[in-house]
Amino acid sequence: MTTGAIDQPKSVGFRPDGTQWVIGILLILGALAPVFSPMFARKPIPLNLALEQGVTPVRIVTLLVVMALWAYWVWRQPGAGKAFRVPLLAVLTAFVVGAVVLVLAAGQDKSLGDRLFLALRGYGAMLDGAFLKKAALTNTLVASTPLILTGLGVALGFRAGLFNIGAEGQYVIGAIFAVFVGYAIHLPPIIHPIAVMLAGMIGGGLWGAIPGILKAKLGAHEVINTIMMNSIAILLADWLINNLMKDTGSSSAVRTPIIDTSANLPQVVEIFPKMTGNVLHLGFFIAILFAVAVWWLLWKTTIGFELRTAGSNLDAARYAGIRAERTIILAMTLSGALAGLAGAIQIQGTTRFMPTFFAAGYGFDAIAVALLAFNHPIAVIPAGLLFGALQTGAEVLQIRTGASKHIVSIIQALILLFVAAPALIRWVYRLRATPDAGTEQVAMTRGWGG
Amino acid sequence: MEILKAIFDSGLWHAALIAATPIALGALSGLFSERAGIVNIGIEGMMLISALTSQLFAQYIASKWMQTPMEPYALALAALVGIFTGLLVGWFHALLSIRFKVNQIISGTVINIAALGVTGALYNLYLAGGIAGGVPVSPGTFPVIRIPVLSQIPFFGPVLFENQPVVYSMLIVTLIAHYVLFFTPWGLRTRAVGEHPRAADTLGIDVYRVRYLNVMIGGALAGLAGTWFTLEWVGVFNLNMTGGRGFIALAAMIFGRWTPFGAFIAALIFGLAQALQIKAQTNGMLLPFTGIEIPYQFLVMAPYILTMLVLAGFGGRAKAPAADGIPYEK
Repeated sequence: MTTGAIDQPKSVGFRPDGTQWVIGILLILGALAPVFSPMFARKPIPLNLALEQGVTPVRIVTLLVVMALWAYWVWRQPGAGKAFRVPLLAVLTAFVVGAVVLVLAAGQDKSLGDRLFLALRGYGAMLDGAFLKKAALTNTLVASTPLILTGLGVALGFRAGLFNIGAEGQYVIGAIFAVFVGYAIHLPPIIHPIAVMLAGMIGGGLWGAIPGILKAKLGAHEVINTIMMNSIAILLADWLINNLMKDTGSSSAVRTPIIDTSANLPQVVEIFPKMTGNVLHLGFFIAILFAVAVWWLLWKTTIGFELRTAGSNLDAARYAGIRAERTIILAMTLSGALAGLAGAIQIQGTTRFMPTFFAAGYGFDAIAVALLAFNHPIAVIPAGLLFGALQTGAEVLQIRTGASKHIVSIIQALILLFVAAPALIRWVYRLRATPDAGTEQVAMTRGWGG
Repeated sequence: MEILKAIFDSGLWHAALIAATPIALGALSGLFSERAGIVNIGIEGMMLISALTSQLFAQYIASKWMQTPMEPYALALAALVGIFTGLLVGWFHALLSIRFKVNQIISGTVINIAALGVTGALYNLYLAGGIAGGVPVSPGTFPVIRIPVLSQIPFFGPVLFENQPVVYSMLIVTLIAHYVLFFTPWGLRTRAVGEHPRAADTLGIDVYRVRYLNVMIGGALAGLAGTWFTLEWVGVFNLNMTGGRGFIALAAMIFGRWTPFGAFIAALIFGLAQALQIKAQTNGMLLPFTGIEIPYQFLVMAPYILTMLVLAGFGGRAKAPAADGIPYEK
């Protein structure tokens, strides 16, 4: 089957060099300094208070202007392409169209002016809920952690030419393994969380390996098999939680026992007691670490080269002496392990036990995150953050304006649409295609990967 | 022996056929689109949107006429609205993947995510908080139509000829799809475009037109499947009520090797699984010779495992149309 692939773009449009990064980060830190400086004063105040008091409209505008000026400066450098402006315009357009939807959905009984105001307030509320309000930023980081990890898994699969729709099942099985090691096996503090995470990765990895083996050895479609295994995983987990792993002590809801405190992921509050009122745990940083690790694996190791080669052209890979079967199994296992890790971290950092309804549609969102990131491991981080921010912002949007939080799903879809369709954006903005327009296409599967 | 007895139960097969209806229609929807070379993983979203619009329309005329449950012909009108919605979404998918050459898997994912958002927002706006004020009022469901003589046949009568209209239409559409795809010039063109668009183009077939129309036909079929959820099954719209059946339909399509009859049989297997599960949840089912009760989760799981085994054993190398998923450049 065809897997269209142009592996590495010839030129990435927005590519600051080392000095530019340093200057840019210094500038942004400088713009942020007034917000954070009270934390380092003689009498320090907690971060959330600092954020609450320090984030004023003037400062936000200043920060945006500084960032824009820096970006413009980088862009002006010779050799920098213009490819980056399409994704940027894409996100912008999605929000503009989203505003129109908000205006339309604001209620028929109001005047147009009121509706426009409501749409603006809606976006304000989302921004507030996702970044600015007390503990909102940490909520966003926590919400984006599983999105980043499952997105990484799907992106890795895509890079190897495999379409893993099974992140959901791998996430659930990872969580089952993790919660079992969490409550049934008692280990000392530092080792226990690591063991739980490893268990999650093994669980997810096994669940991913099965369709991998079936595909490599017998040629069965991974798309169907991963869909089937999603359902199997959810049913298996449901049975386990209702029977073997049921917490008999809990009368309120059907769930597993709570994991040992030694198995929890450290909360940021425990390390920095000053930062009260947030739910951030180490999981987010682990996700970042894994994003870098996947990037390193894909582009700096032989295995990664084999994966990407198999992804762009399986026949060529075979001809070059790459063992395609092994590569397929490996890619599916790693992909599943990342989703399993997401499940483990969700247990360790947030829920502490496993309820019967745990899946929450991550398998679906993971595909969107991976696609939005053009299947690049590092780009998965901002993509996951964006989706996490939209999710946390949506709740606040609904509470403040009464508009349905489902509107955020529409915005998510629009972002994905415009990012995926550079031709659409060019058509809307009457942009001419750059000579290297072909480089915007990413390596990814097109068909059923059979 | 309880399992054997259960398997030859016409009530069970009837329930299986009903549960198979949206899956089979979804699979046929994917079939038309993929035979013309356009991958469609947005069937789930198409179904969901159509389920909502048909319900909204039915609700609207119900509120105008102040009459629930509604007359069947009014419901048929609502079903047409659902089908038309599916057609429109199909057109959108075709526009994205043919005109703007968006990666078709992305386009399908966009439709799926957008469907969740659009239906959720409209549900909150018009159904949950709107006209009815709270829980939406059901405009009623299609009546069961008994076909006079045929429904007297033992076993097959009650299974095949005592159904609601969407089930009948699924059976008819399966037959028509087989005929159209394999015995008409249009079907030949469709398959040519899906296998080798360049060759088809050389012979004077308008590749874009054939693809557009087939994706739109597929959309309309997904729309028909969507109306089953609201107008035939539940009677009201629930959030995310399609519950992954669009994806199971895709599996059925591939399992059935991109043929209408194959897709129908695959859908029936999934439908049987669901029927078995419902039966087992109410009656319980024992493992043969042991007297141990099988947990219903494993009963539900069985067809999924079966699908995987069959795929691994016999149907492994199912061949998709050769040009499936590849945009055509003139």
